[in-house]
Amino acid sequence: MSVRRKDTIVFEHPPVISAWAAVGGKREGEGPLASGFDLLVEDAAFGPEGCSGWESAETMLQSKCARICLRKAGISAREVNLAFAGDMQAQCTASAYAMRALGVPFAGLYGACSTMTESLCLGAAFAGAGYSERTLVMTSSHFCAAERQFRTPLTYGGKRTTTAQWTATAAGACLLRPAGTAGIPVLSVTFGRVQDYGVHDINNMGAAMMPAAASTLLAYFHAFDASPQDFDAILTGDLGEVGSELLCTQMRREGYDLSNHWDCGCLLYDTSRQNVQAGGSGPGCSAAVLCARVLPRLQRGEWKRVLFLSTGALMSQTTFLQGESIPGIAHAVELGAPKEAATV
Amino acid sequence: MKLDPKTYSKMVRRAVPHSPVLKDCLWAFFVGGSICLAGEILRQTYLTWYDGEMAGTLTSISLIFASAVATLFGWYQKLATHAGAGTLVPITGFANSVVSPAIEFKTEGWVSGVGAHIFGIAGPVLAYGTLAGWVWGVIYWAMSKGG
Repeated sequence: MSVRRKDTIVFEHPPVISAWAAVGGKREGEGPLASGFDLLVEDAAFGPEGCSGWESAETMLQSKCARICLRKAGISAREVNLAFAGDMQAQCTASAYAMRALGVPFAGLYGACSTMTESLCLGAAFAGAGYSERTLVMTSSHFCAAERQFRTPLTYGGKRTTTAQWTATAAGACLLRPAGTAGIPVLSVTFGRVQDYGVHDINNMGAAMMPAAASTLLAYFHAFDASPQDFDAILTGDLGEVGSELLCTQMRREGYDLSNHWDCGCLLYDTSRQNVQAGGSGPGCSAAVLCARVLPRLQRGEWKRVLFLSTGALMSQTTFLQGESIPGIAHAVELGAPKEAATV
Repeated sequence: MKLDPKTYSKMVRRAVPHSPVLKDCLWAFFVGGSICLAGEILRQTYLTWYDGEMAGTLTSISLIFASAVATLFGWYQKLATHAGAGTLVPITGFANSVVSPAIEFKTEGWVSGVGAHIFGIAGPVLAYGTLAGWVWGVIYWAMSKGG
């Protein structure tokens, strides 16, 4: 029986992430995590493969990621019982079109950049409850598709602010299985609450999402009387440099030392060398870092217990133009070391 | 959570890194100035064959054409990431704001893509430029009546 403690579901028999895959583009391949990716593509337009636009290119990114993940798991798409997937395109089309080709039962999700942990939370709950034997969770983002939808055309000559973040061209996929299978256990999942502290600056998403990350962390720490030091690492999705600094300041104010905190947006790129301003963002950012860095480290036993949050900004172009502030959300998954590694 | 929107707004202001203003200004000044200098060289060249008005028109056409080509190859955007207002303000910036959506939305078709989006960025400039012209026209007319 799983236990519910405030906003967190703790699994008595933790489901596991039995296989995973990360796919990235050129800039991601020039970043510090390049070696962790399963596939890095030089040209993420996928023109030779028949993609006519950036939207279909993102679909291709997801399709490749899903197929690599299933190949690593040693199963075919037919054996997948359920897929939770999402992306940032309007109406989640990157995922829907990827699933059109994959042909598995599919529930599309939108949590902006928090979609990876949102899917993981739901996937783990389904796996933990025995509703699904093999659950695929996946998210992606594509810099070019996001730019044209949320900002300006790619060839438009604009200057970015110092707080702006770079949407990752990346996808990450995980296959969840019930307890008893080899893999990285998902010990608990925490669904976040929407937080809005009045940030209106669309070029400062890190600041808009920080209160959501802090709120979810505090909800977890209070529920379990835990502290950051109980974990080898606390990772946030895409707060970037500005949001990360704000998070550490806020958590200090709450009485918690976040010295073991890393942000996926700052891990995916070398912010001092690559021109990404405050760091990476997008649903694909935390998904790729999870699959290229976090899960391999847990697998190797270098980390034993990790709290992984993805953070999402839940505004739209319309609400932004109508003067609404930007609400944020953060969901968390608690990951452990695989059984054999945990005993080392 | 020990946080309220007012305190947070102050926290955010403190955490935001400043833009390198001097560097940005120098880039804008030299790139913007260079575009204008190129325009003047073109005008002087055209003046050898045409009168002043025609030389000015040809200069604008040449700069717009050059900007469209540079936009097409992605060079204008690369320059603009450093130059900022230096590439935005001259007529080349206006050309870039029209050509870039035309390229971007070609995938949605010639009518609903290119046609519908081509003035997506430049549209407000055209709308309010026309309005300003109309207002000035009324003032000019009133002044000529009064005078």
